[in-house]
Amino acid sequence: MSDSVLKISNVNKSFGGLKALSNVNLNIEKGKVHAIIGPNGAGKSTLLNVCIGLLAPDTGTVDFNGEDIIGKRAHEINQMGLVRVFQTPEIFSDLSLLENVMVPALAKRDGSFKFKIMRSLTDETDIMKEAVSTLESIGMGDKLHHMAGSMSRGDKRRLELAMCLIQHPKLLLLDEPTAGMARHDTNQTIELLKKIKEGGMTKIIIEHDMHVVFSVADTISVLARGEIIASGTPEEIKGNPIVQEAYLGGAHE
Amino acid sequence: MVLEKKRSDLMTMLMFSLVVFSMPIWLDPLGANYPDLLQKFAIFGIFAIGYNILFGLTGYLSFGHAIFLGVGSYTAVWSFKLLSMNVIPAVIFSVVLAGIVAAFVGYVSLRRSGIYFSILTLAFAQMFYNLAYSVLTPITNGETGLQLTLEDPRVIDRLFTAAGEGLPSTELFGLSMSGYSGFYFCAVMLIMAFYISLKIFNSPFGLKLKAIKSNQHRMKYTGYNTRPYLLSAFIISGMFAGLAGALMAVTDPLAGAERMQWTASGEVVLMTILGGVGTLYGPLLGVAIIKYLENIFSAVNEAVLQAFFTFLPNWLQDVMVMLVSPFVGEGWHLTLGLMFMIVVIFLPGGVIEGFQKIKKRFSKNNNLKPEGE
Repeated sequence: MSDSVLKISNVNKSFGGLKALSNVNLNIEKGKVHAIIGPNGAGKSTLLNVCIGLLAPDTGTVDFNGEDIIGKRAHEINQMGLVRVFQTPEIFSDLSLLENVMVPALAKRDGSFKFKIMRSLTDETDIMKEAVSTLESIGMGDKLHHMAGSMSRGDKRRLELAMCLIQHPKLLLLDEPTAGMARHDTNQTIELLKKIKEGGMTKIIIEHDMHVVFSVADTISVLARGEIIASGTPEEIKGNPIVQEAYLGGAHE
Repeated sequence: MVLEKKRSDLMTMLMFSLVVFSMPIWLDPLGANYPDLLQKFAIFGIFAIGYNILFGLTGYLSFGHAIFLGVGSYTAVWSFKLLSMNVIPAVIFSVVLAGIVAAFVGYVSLRRSGIYFSILTLAFAQMFYNLAYSVLTPITNGETGLQLTLEDPRVIDRLFTAAGEGLPSTELFGLSMSGYSGFYFCAVMLIMAFYISLKIFNSPFGLKLKAIKSNQHRMKYTGYNTRPYLLSAFIISGMFAGLAGALMAVTDPLAGAERMQWTASGEVVLMTILGGVGTLYGPLLGVAIIKYLENIFSAVNEAVLQAFFTFLPNWLQDVMVMLVSPFVGEGWHLTLGLMFMIVVIFLPGGVIEGFQKIKKRFSKNNNLKPEGE
């Protein structure tokens, strides 16, 4: 029990008459990459939003490192070490790549609010060095002063990932990290995900692309119609007939 | 290293101070070197610099900043009436009180963003205008405006000197604040204001404000509580406006409700956008352009136009005068409106963007080195 990072217990959530999540239990273990898969409308995004405290479930609890996060605000959850990558890249389009990565690094160091106007940004050499090396690690070391908004979609996603990684999260949530990417970009992202996996960071990945899931996940949970119908290692999931029927059978791309 | 600034803050400040202090010299050929206009440049410069900290950095468009201008003026005049004709206490009290009022207005208005924020500030502007104009007449002297009288106590001054005959004038430890000395006092304040703005622009705090403008949603999920950042920016810009208001009272010790009208807030929006929102120098450029042209165009009357078009045949002269006269004198706002439209349509980034375009074209011709800002 002690190695559980996120514990979701008996979570139910309805939108009007629609039951989005019914009695979901999930235990994310430290250092593991946990993938959540499921067909469209299975409740993946709802589950993710519950995980980060964006949606309050009707019943049930969400504990992050033993602390209840339901009702906490977005910045508080981030400061606790639960960091999210969005499905459509959320970056600072009007800022340079370097600034994009410096902002989260400053959040990690300064907390949710710090009023200090007389210090110059150029004096923050530690933060800058860290930002530069993070950008170098995703292969963008030569574009430090490019505007983030002018990059390709794949690059934006990798940038957002870098912005999250620089905060050294205790748990990283990735919402379809390769959605809408070209094959080449997808492979690059898989390499990147594998690289961070070696660092031992705990992650939840919500993903459509089976190729990605089976390349990076340690455990997989399958969600269908708001229920978790199977959990296990990639091999177990591949061989599970219920999963094949509910998801893999119908969703060959 | 790539990250190093090309020019240090110190260099920038020296250059800026030099430019500001030498204004009476280099504005001479333009016919704009008389103290009254120079003071206006400096005062509205402070107002616009402060406004730019809110609007330029965070993107929150306020239509209520004239409130703080008015609060600054009223406070300064009260300080002249009750305490002393010395400008130092007047300026300090004005800035502090404007900051307090800004904290209140900002706290309420910043509960919303975008257009709703703008409308809330507009509502506040209207409320404060009406308060000043009628409700708070004992404090603001309503329609007439607040001014110095012979019966004012001026307790601090009375400790040192007896009341003289006639109305005293504002002073800084004996130095009268009229004419050029008034301008130099405003210029020192402008340079200090610019220094603070420069520091904010280059600080992590400034970067965070820019990030809020760019993507507030991301900011929240990056671990920032954005509200206090926005409120700080709002209060700082309110204090700048308070300082500007105080300086208006310093150069001319009276305060009227019309200073708080929302059109006065609109003017600073125009200046900031015309010069270049979110740039360090843009708002100052906007102030210089608008105040200079206002000075020229509003002074032109029909007789001047007649003289200007004398080289034309008589009938054409009359036609030209008829066509142009609505745009000058009282109607100078028509010209301002046209100018504003042209800038917004062709140079959304303001006049500063125009300069950058010219510079870019120029440097592209010279060398093909790509330049990141």
